Amino acid sequence: MKMITIKRLFIMLFVLLFIVGCSSPTASKDTQGKTNHSEQNQEKSSNEGGVVRIAMSTEIDNLDPYLSAATDTGSMMDNVFDGLLDTDENGKLVPAIAEKYAISDDGRTYTFYLKEGVMFHDGSELTADDVVYSYAKLGGLNGGEPLSSRFEIVEKVEAKSPLEVVVTLKEVDSAFLARNIVAIVPKDYEEQSSKPIGAGPFKFEEYKVGQELRLSKNENYYDKENTPKIDEVQFKIMPDPESSILAMQAGEIDILPGISKQGLDQLGDTVHSISGPQNMVQLMAMNNSVKPFDDVRVRQAINLAINKDVIIDTVADGMGTKLGTNMSPAMQFYYEPGLEDRYEQNIEKAKELLDEAGLASGFTMELTVPSDYQFHVDTAQVIADQLSQINIQTEIKQIEFSSWLENVYNNAQYETTIIGFTGKLDPYEVLVRYVSDYGKNFMKFQDERYDELIKEAVRETDETKKAALYKKAQTILTDEAAALFIMDPDRTTAMRNGVNGLKLFPIQKFNLEDVTVTK
Amino acid sequence: MKKHNIFKSIPLIIGVSFVTVLTIMMLVSLFYTPYSPNAMDPSDRLAQPSFTHLFGTDNFGRDIFSRVMQGSQTAFLIGFSAVSIGLFFGFLIGACAGYFGGWIDELSMRIIDAMMALPGILFAIMLISVFETGIRNTIIALGIMSIPSFARIVRSGFIQVKQFDFVKASIAKGAGSFRIIFQHILPNVTSPILVAVTLSFSGSVLAEAGLSYLGLGVQPPDPSWGRMLKEAQPFMSTAPWYVILTGLFITFMVLGFNLLSDGIRDLQDKKS
Amino acid sequence: MKYALYKLSTFLMTILLVSLIIFTVFQVLPGNPAQIILGMDADTQQIAQLEKELGLDKSIGERYTSWLSGFLMGDLGDSLKYQQPVLDVLKDRIPVTFSIAIYSILLTICIGIPLGIYIARTDGRWISVFLSMFTQLGIAVPSFWFAFVLILVFGVTFQLFPTFGYVPWSESFIGALRSYFLPSLALAISNIAVVIRYLRNTILDQAKMDYVRTARCKGLREKTIMYGHILRNALMPVLTIMGLIVADTLGGSIIIENVFALPGLGNLLIQSITSRDFPLVQSMVLYIAILVILVNFIVDLLYKLIDPRVRLKG
Repeated sequence: MKMITIKRLFIMLFVLLFIVGCSSPTASKDTQGKTNHSEQNQEKSSNEGGVVRIAMSTEIDNLDPYLSAATDTGSMMDNVFDGLLDTDENGKLVPAIAEKYAISDDGRTYTFYLKEGVMFHDGSELTADDVVYSYAKLGGLNGGEPLSSRFEIVEKVEAKSPLEVVVTLKEVDSAFLARNIVAIVPKDYEEQSSKPIGAGPFKFEEYKVGQELRLSKNENYYDKENTPKIDEVQFKIMPDPESSILAMQAGEIDILPGISKQGLDQLGDTVHSISGPQNMVQLMAMNNSVKPFDDVRVRQAINLAINKDVIIDTVADGMGTKLGTNMSPAMQFYYEPGLEDRYEQNIEKAKELLDEAGLASGFTMELTVPSDYQFHVDTAQVIADQLSQINIQTEIKQIEFSSWLENVYNNAQYETTIIGFTGKLDPYEVLVRYVSDYGKNFMKFQDERYDELIKEAVRETDETKKAALYKKAQTILTDEAAALFIMDPDRTTAMRNGVNGLKLFPIQKFNLEDVTVTK
Repeated sequence: MKKHNIFKSIPLIIGVSFVTVLTIMMLVSLFYTPYSPNAMDPSDRLAQPSFTHLFGTDNFGRDIFSRVMQGSQTAFLIGFSAVSIGLFFGFLIGACAGYFGGWIDELSMRIIDAMMALPGILFAIMLISVFETGIRNTIIALGIMSIPSFARIVRSGFIQVKQFDFVKASIAKGAGSFRIIFQHILPNVTSPILVAVTLSFSGSVLAEAGLSYLGLGVQPPDPSWGRMLKEAQPFMSTAPWYVILTGLFITFMVLGFNLLSDGIRDLQDKKS
Repeated sequence: MKYALYKLSTFLMTILLVSLIIFTVFQVLPGNPAQIILGMDADTQQIAQLEKELGLDKSIGERYTSWLSGFLMGDLGDSLKYQQPVLDVLKDRIPVTFSIAIYSILLTICIGIPLGIYIARTDGRWISVFLSMFTQLGIAVPSFWFAFVLILVFGVTFQLFPTFGYVPWSESFIGALRSYFLPSLALAISNIAVVIRYLRNTILDQAKMDYVRTARCKGLREKTIMYGHILRNALMPVLTIMGLIVADTLGGSIIIENVFALPGLGNLLIQSITSRDFPLVQSMVLYIAILVILVNFIVDLLYKLIDPRVRLKG
């Protein structure tokens, strides 16, 4: 009797598996179910409409643009929010909500003229009052705590007319203009963290924690030329890079940013990709305040012992740009060329320098790496291999990124570490990290000339002169071997064939309004 | 009946041979590997298996066979040390609980229960987050992870044996606890402990692979099979031999020790 | 009754101990949750503001008692990262993990028990040896490795099952069944092997018992003996490892959910440990622990119910 039941169970199980396995292939493509109806939309015209599914490796930290700090979250939510200005592919500031702007001669007063008829997603009109509210909130002008130190420089912000905003700074700050890409939010709206409202090309639809963020086309986007072509965007949260490649292979993902060379090979000609420098600075920071890294000769010796091309070839499959200072060539206008070849690999010279520093027999150094980033861990392994040539033994210590932030970034309790600084639009934000009294100067780099140059550059309003000062500052970083600057790894984004229009920006950003989908 | 025995001993034979081969490999690697396991050759990355590189090379151009050999040291070290920690403390707790009984038993069993309530891997993750990653802490975490099962086995063994007449008799004769434990009880609980030792050895090797997948295992560049498997993952389709060969060695080791434990159990059944 | 009361008191004791262990572990962890939430480019102002909001300034003892009493009252506090009540965060996650856990346990039972019986019945034949070796492989293969193979074969090559994510049960039953299949199978594989081995051993042990000989002498058919007598007694010990299997399944889901990008408890757990989201992670670990203890408790009682020979301290 029992035997029959067990046998029956067995058979039922396999029948079930069979049914499950063979049921309609259309359903197999939509894990989320909801894509069904949109797929039908996709068929009605070739170039308009459609859904784009993008794999993202990290979760959203906060939907409120002012409370979020994660780069990935910014690049997703940037499609919901627009700022007064925006950036193009070359990092040039272009008008967005503001049609044009004017800067007073003393460099302290900025006047922005807003476009007419800009609407928030809730249908209300975006006026100067909303801009005043947004900037006051960021700069803490309403009595509250400032939400961003970058806006503390703002003395006051006023609405001259519904379409005219005047921002006055406490002192001249040439880095301020680029900060105006920050999101403008509707006045007195308090639910940005749960249901964000902006004026961007896409509307927020739904966020399922840890699963997906859905955005839909904003039909009333003020910039008619750039009204999105696709109906819906789904950002899928997929922490495992290997899984997302497999998902793309199975046709469940349309766009995969940050894909590896191997991933690309694996996907073959079912996808096409765009690739280029991402304005990142990957470096091995050396704690300039601890022995033996307080000795410039030791830092130079380390620089001389490393062959960066080998690192780029091994870790990034050759897809990276060699760096010699804390700036990527992606910042064309501000970048000082030539520094990347200052320290050619020269083992003999490196050994001499170590000898002069009294460390001819070498030493053991601890290299702390955030374990969440395989890229940095791999880099650490190559560096360890190369440094053994000058008798430096490297102990690699992997720690979680959270511990890294606490121990290394905040408290500078480390000897050496590998990290990547993500790109910024203004060189000040990039170079301020090495100013002696800057709070997060965890490299503990100290140089009076450098501090002076940066201070001067911020006060300078002439673009060319400003650039010259920043270039000089970069040279100091290289001369003093403030750190081992490695590379700007290329960022490669894979797109399913039929998906087109994505471009690369000097900051992490998706121009989804230009994306088109064909079957 | 004779035929039956041959079948019975097949797992044991296979288990013993796997473990022997791996042990020999580990011993050889102490003195000799074809290449230095950490030496990189950027010009020869992800090379296919050939006569120069038996198992090919990895993404840094390191010889995979040498790393697999070196990795066996790590595997044995982790398995052996974790089991030692687990056995030592597990035995101590289990023996005290089983021998003395009463509130000591009650308290230690509650602690053991509490530890068992947390899934092993979760417990290890928690411990490693506290201690930071590294081979020593991986060993400690895996060792602590295997304490409960040892404690339970030893305890029940003690309780059982304590009820045997000859033990009761020597207790009545006034023999010291020490003597009773070592002369009478211990010989009677060795085979279940041996089974647990082999099982927890393979369990530790497998757990290390899981931890390494989550990035919490042994630190680079020293090779461990778990971390090699993780490093091989992105090259699954471009260099499948890397992921397959490394995975196979983990499987061999775990399989070997599991079969060994099966074999020991079968032998023990036959004896009794 | 006395037995049940005794078991109940140990049940509560264990939970208390677990809560203490969990709390201590997470207090020693380095890392500032506020900074982790906000990331590298956050302002000092943003961090200070958030720290105040999160109430990270109270003493340890204060936090333990308030956490435990809150837990007992059903108020788990707010998640630091998601800034909403822990229960709300868990609400979406629990169904996912439970689906794969139950699915995988069902697979374990449906595959493990018939195969275990088969292997025991064919004991001593080549097929049995071969199958036993095969089940051994199930235990020996690292689960995430096996999961990748499953994705590669069933998801990518044959496109039979989705490779990541899930379909809610409410949306499509078949769809959900499909989407949960691969992760559940990857999770079940080692448990299937464990059940098979365990069942095989107990069946073979039982087969040697006197009552089987008696039954055989009475002339009962082999099948009747096997399914009427042996199996009933052999399945009992299998029941006792249920607690172990549940713990294993929940533990394994931590890794498997990561591979399949499933937003379940395991996935959340790793993230909350890295983001130092203490209220969330403590409650979650305690939940899992209570679940395991509860299963063990029920198994104990059931065992006692079925087999009255089990004595107080057996």
